[in-house]
Amino acid sequence: MVAQILFLVLTLAAIALFTVNLRKIIRNIRLGKPADRQDQPQKRLMTMLRVAFGQSKMVVRPIPAFLHFFVYIGFVIINIEVLEIMIDGLFGTHRIFNGLGGLYNFLIGSFEILAFTVWVSCAIFLIRRNILKLKRFSGVEMKSWPKSDANYILITEILLMSAFLLMNAADAKLQLLGASHYVNAGAFPVSQYLINILPSSESALVIVERSCWWFHIIGILAFLNYLPYSKHFHILFAFPNTYFSNLEPKGEFTNMASVTNEVKAMLDPSFVPAETEPGKFGAKDVTDLSWVNLMNAYTCTECGRCTSVCPANITGKLLSPRKIMMDTRDRITEVGQNIDKHGAEHQDGKSLLDDYISREEIWACTSCNACVEACPVNIDPLQIIMELRRFAVMEESQAPGSINAMMGNIENNQAPWKYSPADRFNWAQES
Amino acid sequence: MAELMAAGEEPEILFWVGCAGSYDERAQKITRDICKILHHVGIKYAVLGTEESCTGDPAKRAGNEFLFQMQAMTNIEVLNAYNIKKIVTGCPHCFNTIKNEYPGLGGTYEVIHHTQLIQDLINEGKLKAEGGESFKGKKITYHDPCYLGRGNGIYEAPRKALEVLDAQLVEMKRCKSNGLCCGAGGAQMFKEPEKGNKDINVERIDEALQTNPQVIAAGCPFCMTMLSDGIKLKDKEQEVKVLDIAEITARANGL
Repeated sequence: MVAQILFLVLTLAAIALFTVNLRKIIRNIRLGKPADRQDQPQKRLMTMLRVAFGQSKMVVRPIPAFLHFFVYIGFVIINIEVLEIMIDGLFGTHRIFNGLGGLYNFLIGSFEILAFTVWVSCAIFLIRRNILKLKRFSGVEMKSWPKSDANYILITEILLMSAFLLMNAADAKLQLLGASHYVNAGAFPVSQYLINILPSSESALVIVERSCWWFHIIGILAFLNYLPYSKHFHILFAFPNTYFSNLEPKGEFTNMASVTNEVKAMLDPSFVPAETEPGKFGAKDVTDLSWVNLMNAYTCTECGRCTSVCPANITGKLLSPRKIMMDTRDRITEVGQNIDKHGAEHQDGKSLLDDYISREEIWACTSCNACVEACPVNIDPLQIIMELRRFAVMEESQAPGSINAMMGNIENNQAPWKYSPADRFNWAQES
Repeated sequence: MAELMAAGEEPEILFWVGCAGSYDERAQKITRDICKILHHVGIKYAVLGTEESCTGDPAKRAGNEFLFQMQAMTNIEVLNAYNIKKIVTGCPHCFNTIKNEYPGLGGTYEVIHHTQLIQDLINEGKLKAEGGESFKGKKITYHDPCYLGRGNGIYEAPRKALEVLDAQLVEMKRCKSNGLCCGAGGAQMFKEPEKGNKDINVERIDEALQTNPQVIAAGCPFCMTMLSDGIKLKDKEQEVKVLDIAEITARANGL
């Protein structure tokens, strides 16, 4: 009874804490500017099913795709087991679903195989990061916390799977001993090999089984609450992020409606623009970005596929699209914390541009869309870079000198080079 | 175009030449070859001549939305005044901007890139690879321009135009949706690159040269500049030619 109450309290506390943090993140995302991503619901749904559920963009790199698939499918399916653990924990039952008979054995057997493949995949991931030191996982933005974060996640998953398998092994041994409360249920294709390393006394086995059971469920609850602080948040946000992703051709950049009004008024003095709220052009800080950009930042799992295909980064420039996303998340988190501590009106005098992302980074981008194409969850770092450029150019007139010269030429000669408009048709005369 | 208008006629298609195609010496050759192809198949086309003006693409990618929209609206007024329905461009940047960004500002046209036009003409049997230079068996590698490929998902049209040559097409390691930028996009064409350890066009040329090509095919005047510069730097001008798909098509047909 005490165990059941403890279980209930722990579960409720974990869910409550997670809800509080999740709501804060949703509030932070809503600090972004509006963006219409409600159109074409069917196409959006299909995109989500294909890219997030179907992992279609992972297959470009087969080895991590294969390993990630095991971890993903393991996560989704082993969670059915969590449902049983929840019911058992609340009602003091043991393996409540064993009434399913053959199906139950099949399920438990499958979970064990999946748990094993998750275990192995995570171990290989750890080796790739820490021993093989793959280039994709390094970079200026991958020091300290982001580096540890990745390792914590992998180690936690290995521990959770170990506890699950050890729990089953102890359970299986108790079933063999005919211990009361331990009904004959389940198939143990993996944990049967662990039986021999366990003690043989019934009381010791019960301690092992119960410890692993508690470790497993407390681990899951703790992991749930780790998500909001971690890159691992993608396991939840990948779904809305792909649903609300851009459906238009990647080459198309949004036309700023506020500018359209001004340009129309300049070309036609009789034009009366519709009322729009005065705001700044482009983005200096995260709150000038759209909510989609901010959701992108929370979704990023820092895999570095974007950076590894970025022509600027490949050739040694400072720009890293992954860093753009990580900076955006760090800054919106900071803005959120400021609101929690000092109220909504507080200004800390910092901004995304300059305090997090430098001018050198934004001016290194070729707008080639390789980063957008590479992202397995449809994140768009390019849009953030363009918004920062818009601010630098339109609010501050702070573009590199040669860019200013190019724009001056367009204004004066209608071409980015210094040629006379009268000579535009000369190509037809020569041959 | 003004002449056609005065004669009370309308073209089947407007050829949007673009700034590079109008002023850049190397790109002017591509422009003339596109005209030769249009003429060869008997399409009634027009150009705006001195009435054409920058689409605003480099301004927009540099962050200057004002200048972009000024250019766009001025161009749309001209295009609409001439009642233009269909446009072929010689540049993926012009193509992307007019096709995707002009409709929201009042300019909706059917826009194709010249490699798509060539593909259509081949499919319709109007264009073959006869009567000119033979590319048979030659090793050709095609460089995907970002604003044609990833930007608009056009990967097959330019390749189709090369397939009829009976040449040996080899792909670079990074091609199609994974293609590497030439380094000129996003207004980089008009500025010095930021500090790094290599120029992007050199990285791309190194990759192209790994395929041991005789021809590097391009579909964009900016890529043309970057790739040609790369080839010059590598001192490979004699062995490797950088040619636009339009130039290759024109040569193959003896135009």
